Amino acid sequence: MEATKIRYTAKDFKSDQQVRWCPGCGDYAIINSLQKTMAELGVPPHETVVISGIGCSSRLPYYIGTYGFHTIHGRGAAIATGVKVANPKLTVWQITGDGDCLAIGGNHFIHSVRRNIDINILLFNNQIYGLTKGQYSPTSYKGQVTKSSPYGTIEEPFRPAELTFGARGNFFGRLLDVDLKNAQKVMLAATKHKGAAVIECLVNCVIFNDGAHGWLAEKNLRPDKIVFLEHGKPMIYGVNRDKGLILENGRLKAVKIGENGIKESDILVHDAQNPNPTLHWELAMMQGPEMPIAMGIIRDVPAETYNDALDAQIAEVKAKSKIKCFDDLVDNLEQWEL
Amino acid sequence: MENIKVKEVDNVVVLFAGDSGDGMQLTGTLFSNISAVIGNEISTFPDFPAEIRAPQGTLGGVSGFQVHIGSSKVYTPGDEADVFVAMNPAALKVNIKKVKKGGAIIFDEDSFQEKDLEKAGFTTENPFTELGVSETITLIPTQLTTLTQKSLEGYGMDGKAVLRSKNMFALGLVCWLFNRPLEKAEYFLQNKFKRKPTVLEANIKVLNDGYNYGNNLHLSVPTYTIERSGDTVPGKYTSISGNTATAYGLIAAAEKAELELFLGSYPITPASDIMQELALRRDLGVKVMQCEDEIAGVATAVGASYAGCLAATSTSGPGLALKSEAIGLAVMAELPLVIVDVMRGGPSTGMPTKTEQTDLLQALHGRNGESPVVVIAPSTPDDCFHYTYMASKIALEHATPVIVLSDAFIGNGTSLWKLPKLAELPEIKPNYVPADYKNYTAGSRDEETKARYWAIPGTEGFMYRNGGLEKDYVKGSISSNPTNHAKMVAARAEKVKNVEQNIPDLEIYGNENADLLVVGWGSTKGHLMGAVSNLISKGKNVAMAHFNYINPLPKNTEEVLKKFKKIVVCELNSGQFAGYLRAQIDGIDVLKYNKIQGQPFTVSELEEHFELILK
Repeated sequence: MEATKIRYTAKDFKSDQQVRWCPGCGDYAIINSLQKTMAELGVPPHETVVISGIGCSSRLPYYIGTYGFHTIHGRGAAIATGVKVANPKLTVWQITGDGDCLAIGGNHFIHSVRRNIDINILLFNNQIYGLTKGQYSPTSYKGQVTKSSPYGTIEEPFRPAELTFGARGNFFGRLLDVDLKNAQKVMLAATKHKGAAVIECLVNCVIFNDGAHGWLAEKNLRPDKIVFLEHGKPMIYGVNRDKGLILENGRLKAVKIGENGIKESDILVHDAQNPNPTLHWELAMMQGPEMPIAMGIIRDVPAETYNDALDAQIAEVKAKSKIKCFDDLVDNLEQWEL
Repeated sequence: MENIKVKEVDNVVVLFAGDSGDGMQLTGTLFSNISAVIGNEISTFPDFPAEIRAPQGTLGGVSGFQVHIGSSKVYTPGDEADVFVAMNPAALKVNIKKVKKGGAIIFDEDSFQEKDLEKAGFTTENPFTELGVSETITLIPTQLTTLTQKSLEGYGMDGKAVLRSKNMFALGLVCWLFNRPLEKAEYFLQNKFKRKPTVLEANIKVLNDGYNYGNNLHLSVPTYTIERSGDTVPGKYTSISGNTATAYGLIAAAEKAELELFLGSYPITPASDIMQELALRRDLGVKVMQCEDEIAGVATAVGASYAGCLAATSTSGPGLALKSEAIGLAVMAELPLVIVDVMRGGPSTGMPTKTEQTDLLQALHGRNGESPVVVIAPSTPDDCFHYTYMASKIALEHATPVIVLSDAFIGNGTSLWKLPKLAELPEIKPNYVPADYKNYTAGSRDEETKARYWAIPGTEGFMYRNGGLEKDYVKGSISSNPTNHAKMVAARAEKVKNVEQNIPDLEIYGNENADLLVVGWGSTKGHLMGAVSNLISKGKNVAMAHFNYINPLPKNTEEVLKKFKKIVVCELNSGQFAGYLRAQIDGIDVLKYNKIQGQPFTVSELEEHFELILK
């Protein structure tokens, strides 16, 4: 009998719970993209697990019709690690925010990335604490005025990409909440990547940090402000697709095709699979207005995952050992008859 | 045979102490294993500093290993040593109070030079007089260093390696003193140094020379024989530490329950051995993760439990504090989880290598909100196996976190363990959701036991959302309804209380009409038992009740305790269990006997105290 592959729709990944984010919250767009990505990926809902910590975005598992676990603040990465290591057959998503992931959960985040646990990490970055009503987060820009920084913050923010690369991460993608089509592309690439896949989702908080990414939000002008990176494709962007990136004296530079003798063939072609992260770092750190913001799949390097390595080691040791069960273990102890 | 005295004794305590680099732990372990092989009861107590190698010859670097061997049941590693092997003056100074009147001290003369005495803080040339060592104690000076050097002449070993073997000379000498056959010692050495033939050969040579030295010189001490124990149930035995037994309990339970075993942990003294023992067992498919911190240790275990493993985490007091919130999540999500706390001296970093029972209240109450968990405390190194097995069984069958309170004393100590077969162990039936269950949610439970049904991700038809938020009793969805919350709090409490149906009743040792009931819990059992049985044989009317199940308490606890007019609760803290009993049983009054020195009780101090309150 030939198994027929079930075709799923986004509806198959919806739960019966009413979604309760604020009207206009960027999280609505992300969950839509996620459900569409899950349908397209085709992993059955019962083989999918969504793990989250605490925060607005971490309510997401309640709204997805798969196995889900809304855990405690900052520990989502460690709990997702336990799920994946316990049963590597499951597709595991971790939902986290800039506070949950980079403040209280920073340690678990870098270590799950370093170990290369095969999980997909959706990091909702709205640069603010929403659920506790408006305090600054580790990604709030320096000087940002919030309820807990009435005179402006005096701290440098984290950049999630830098942390990921510093933790020897092999996948980093970035997407914008309202850019649904590209969001799905990035999520799908993350699921295809074996290992810890970090996706920074730039999301808006309408209540406490409205317009955090506002300068990217306007659909018509967006193509001039972002460059969408895909492996093997030239780094061309702009409303008229006439802008691009080149390397000049080892640094990235934004240029216009046709000006100063720049030809289309001069534009860099993206190599997401280069193990050396130097250029990925440069790309991820680009800031406006003179440079575009890098979106898409910035880094996607194949590497052995922790869970595969563990299973392989278990198989190897099992094959060599004469101890096959508890009774064997006891029989092989130094022992004597009394 | 020449005219040498041989003393036949029931039991004897030997204490080996030296620098932490002198190999005292190995010497003591070998001596206790040899004794076990020839049929004696054993109980051991390693007592070592937190520093890996403190400055040589100083008091801070003294490492000791105490062995109690007997021809009948041995309850404890013994209060005082009959024979004390002191490798240097610091070891002498630290341990002198533990030597019995009429005992003997074997010491390395070569290490008692002026400089050595100075390092140990002696101000005169005669440390024995300076310490006021009783005249009843026989001093046996031996040139351990010189004799070892002579023994290994021509072996081409460097000076350092030669010195490392002097513990074997001491072991050989002690084997002669106690009539232990050397071939047993050689057997253990062969296992230990399988891959280092030169070291093996040298150690065996020194061991034999040590034995012959005793034999030939006819040291002016009697030698001892200790008969085979008649109290041991016939069977196959090994010598096991509490930490290893704990690891084996988890392995056995997972196999019995037909589940994979997952351990998330972080190195911490004195619990790390559990993780290390399990890390060896990749051949049994055990998944051990050494995590980035204590919190990740328990959090990965919670994840693994959610995903369908028998999941555990091992730690000590400071680690348990860090794990509190995630244990609370397991309470709220009603997931099976085993947490092993090998207690040490606290608070804060405290005394990491010393023993205490000071985490009891932390285990019972150390979480936010009403968050009951099952708490179990083993009594001896070998019964760490049984109680960890039972902890796993209860966790899986009742869908609850279970905390196992072991401690440094039984975790590092060893005792004889009768080797079990998996088939002899009680069944474990995880509380899986029945296959035909309809409309499964995070709130679906067995209405009789209140245990939540466990659905494993990957199973079709049971997709559900769990979490740390309060749930609706019926629908399992998020709820902050006031009466629903009260109902959920009650359900979680009832579930844990219900565990009492599956644990044995509290037993009384001794007379039900006794004038005094001695109560203890966990690792103090041996000392309490020793004291109570001594008093009973002296004709005193004393009884004893010992607790291994702390929460819930055995069903008959109130009934038993109320039979006695005078109860004394003995524990290595300021009275945590005594307070807990008072809170659990209305109108009960108890006396307290407490010790917080990082050391176990001694039988004699207990006896003395009980006699005092019997008056």
